[in-house]
Amino acid sequence: MSDSQQLDADRIRTLLESEGDEIKENTRLFNTERYDAVKAVGEGAHEDNRSQARAIKEDAIERLPELINRTREAVEANGGTVYVADDAEDANRYIAEVADNVDADSVVKSKSMTTEEMDLNEALEADGLDVWETDLGEFVIQVAEEVPSHIVGPSLHKSREEITKLFEEEFDPDEPLDSAEKLTAFAREYLGECIDDAEVGVTGANFVIAESGSIALVTNEGNARKCASIPDTHVAVAGIEKIIPSIAELEPFAELISRSATGQDIPQYLSLLTPPVDTPAIGFDGRDEPHFGNGDADRDFHLVLLDNGRREMREDDDLRETLYCIRCGACANSCSNFQSVGGHAFGGETYTGGIATGWEAGIESNDVAAEFNDLCTGCSRCVNACPVKIDIPGINTVVRDRINRGKDPGFDDVLVDGLVPDEEEPGTPLRKRFFGNFETVARIGSATAPLSNAVASTGLARKAMESVLGIDARRDLPEFRRTTLREWAASREPRVADPERRVALYPDVYTNYVRAERGKAAVRVLEALDCEVVVPDVGGSGRAPLSQGMIATAEKKAETVAASLLTYVEDGYDVVAVEPSDLAMFRREYEKLLPEAAYERLDGNSYEVLEYAYGLLENGADSDVLPAGDGDGVAYHSHCQQRTLGLEGYTEAVLERLGYDVLTSDVECCGMAGSFGYKSEYYDLSIDVGETLADQFEEAAAERTVIASGTSCMEQLDSLLSPGTRHPVELLDPERR
Amino acid sequence: MSTGSVEQFQQSLSRLDTASTAVVPDELASTVADLIEPPAVGAELPFDGLSLADAPVTLDPSPSRLREAVTGVSGSRMGIASLGTVAVESRAEGDEFVALYPERHVVVVRASDLRTDLSDAFGWLRAEFEADRQSFILATGPSSTGDMGALVQGVHGPEEVHVIIVRDNE
Ligand code: SF4
Repeated sequence: MSDSQQLDADRIRTLLESEGDEIKENTRLFNTERYDAVKAVGEGAHEDNRSQARAIKEDAIERLPELINRTREAVEANGGTVYVADDAEDANRYIAEVADNVDADSVVKSKSMTTEEMDLNEALEADGLDVWETDLGEFVIQVAEEVPSHIVGPSLHKSREEITKLFEEEFDPDEPLDSAEKLTAFAREYLGECIDDAEVGVTGANFVIAESGSIALVTNEGNARKCASIPDTHVAVAGIEKIIPSIAELEPFAELISRSATGQDIPQYLSLLTPPVDTPAIGFDGRDEPHFGNGDADRDFHLVLLDNGRREMREDDDLRETLYCIRCGACANSCSNFQSVGGHAFGGETYTGGIATGWEAGIESNDVAAEFNDLCTGCSRCVNACPVKIDIPGINTVVRDRINRGKDPGFDDVLVDGLVPDEEEPGTPLRKRFFGNFETVARIGSATAPLSNAVASTGLARKAMESVLGIDARRDLPEFRRTTLREWAASREPRVADPERRVALYPDVYTNYVRAERGKAAVRVLEALDCEVVVPDVGGSGRAPLSQGMIATAEKKAETVAASLLTYVEDGYDVVAVEPSDLAMFRREYEKLLPEAAYERLDGNSYEVLEYAYGLLENGADSDVLPAGDGDGVAYHSHCQQRTLGLEGYTEAVLERLGYDVLTSDVECCGMAGSFGYKSEYYDLSIDVGETLADQFEEAAAERTVIASGTSCMEQLDSLLSPGTRHPVELLDPERR
Repeated sequence: MSTGSVEQFQQSLSRLDTASTAVVPDELASTVADLIEPPAVGAELPFDGLSLADAPVTLDPSPSRLREAVTGVSGSRMGIASLGTVAVESRAEGDEFVALYPERHVVVVRASDLRTDLSDAFGWLRAEFEADRQSFILATGPSSTGDMGALVQGVHGPEEVHVIIVRDNE
């Protein structure tokens, strides 16, 4: 491990211990509640909202300059002011001036990530103002002098006990604050006075409505309502990307935002404000005067629209969709790594979770994004969770590619053939090259097996791998097979005389060189179901290089693989894949790597092996040719990317049809995620994530066969439970009889 | 625009721990009086023929009266049956303060103003925006937070909401 890897490892271990429990409990709860809420409203309705929301954002960002002008016109016509700030400093200076103009002593704020991005509090405090965060989560963070660990729940890494201790030390209250109720009552009282006393209220804006010059605020506590209505001066701060055309376009977002964030159908308070509002200005000087003090003050409204890198993001084809983000936090909640370690590791200067890479790369720099970008393993569980359909793993990959190039300008991700560790430049790019070119490693390893396995497993070799490549010595290495799946298949005679269908079984790198038995099982199962099966001579799909951010290499591989597989498709073959991460390349990632026509053709003609078996059985194939389950129990972990494609149900259905009793895990990812779990600095995190899965299966494993669709999942389960995890297709293998 | 049902609205409210009472117009004054825990403040109702003038609430209160109040009474010109949502409008009568400061918020909504669902409510909102009435809080249940380690109701807004649904005279 290099020094910086050691530092990362230590930091992650510390956070797992200090914050992991709270983070896991809270994010997993949000995540479950989101699933439940989507189910309750209906997947179809939810999908409709997502599509609409996506289209509205695409259009709004496209028309942004025009919408900024319309917003300005509308707000000014209402009597307010719009200030478009180039950067954080510009925005802070403007807000300080506003405060100065009304001789403010104190400012109250409701939750706003954009003001966090600007470090507004620090700027105003430097000007001598008192600044109070009134969202209780933000208040906790302010008192603790920490930074938010989650976009939606800034303090969700803190337990109630920790908050009690913090508040009792800070405020020395007369009564102990030993319950959530007492803490809340105390904060309400304390902040209520701050709000009444403040001259300026700062809010964010979840949406800005151009046509009417309105803002929409989503809150549960009611503090944003107070900050917007009690002080005479209201400053709303929003990134320029928050503008939508009119009230009509708000509807799908009103449906989506709380459901995605916390599983609520609608927030407690959805404020639609078109300031200056008609609510009378409250005059505390005339405390006993009727009509709210008979104050003669006029309401004053300022909308600050922040650029801070956003216009450049808009021009950037790869980062643009980051601007569609509505900051719901679902990508963090659905992320296994985030659930374990939280935003203090998985986050940058301001933003946290998967989408933070896009934000931080856009508003800060690639260097800031580089500090946490590798925590995205590309498992893709956030993809379906995101209410505006952002390809979050895609953004992470692109930024990783940029970081690679930035770190090592000579970094050339075109396939490195030799793979001789370059001792002159031990660094991240070398390790990325190693994992990115795993296919070459596997090819050589297999050709020289079992010697290669024996050598690789020696203590000396493992030490060298750990120090040069940062491959953790506690992990078992894959054992290469001398006879590959392709060689085995080539030596077989065709078995099915009059086939129902013809299948090109894709020999992914793992199935070909390491887990050949599941490939053989797949061949026999498909043959038993009356398919002619060929195993084409085709290489890696590009998954390995893509996961390392080596996009050019991945693109090359994609072109080669698609060219080869599509000739089979032309000849009437269906493409069937055993490894879900490779199938996900064909069906998802290739969209960005291949010309549209090639992508669509392959996407439309490729199947996961159990999905395919399901189709055959549904269409009349005889299930009696496969061994029966006889009520045996299986504990099944579907693969993350397979679930994103919506395919886990096929495996369950086939197994149930054969008579198995299926228990399915509900963890998002096994934590191994290809190369991730091998990397020394992430070993502890990978194990922590894996244990959530292992815990679910621990008891069941005594009576049930543990099965998993992905190679990584099998490796993780083997190491955390006991060796012997199988691929579901192995249970279907006629040779098992 | 279709009208949501009182029954569904009440069911939604009960899921939100929000009590509700359906009354005919003549019963409004006494129902308000029953539901008030004094001292109470109010914002005059935005409905023809329904008023808080005789109710035991202070309209147009002073700031100290507002801060002391335990109950705030205001009207809502729209309710969403599927969600139990009401609309607090930013009006010169001070609805926003009355609905925000006191621990208990009593809201009056007319049965004929109920919309079936959010989509229907947006139809209403669009029409209101067209008519230049453009500031509303869609409020659903009491204010709440999970930020102090457990779910607590009653943060910066009311801890308790009671909805009075006024049916048309038969
Ligand atoms: S990227 Fe999508 S899921 Fe993540 S915070 Fe933004 S809107 Fe929510």
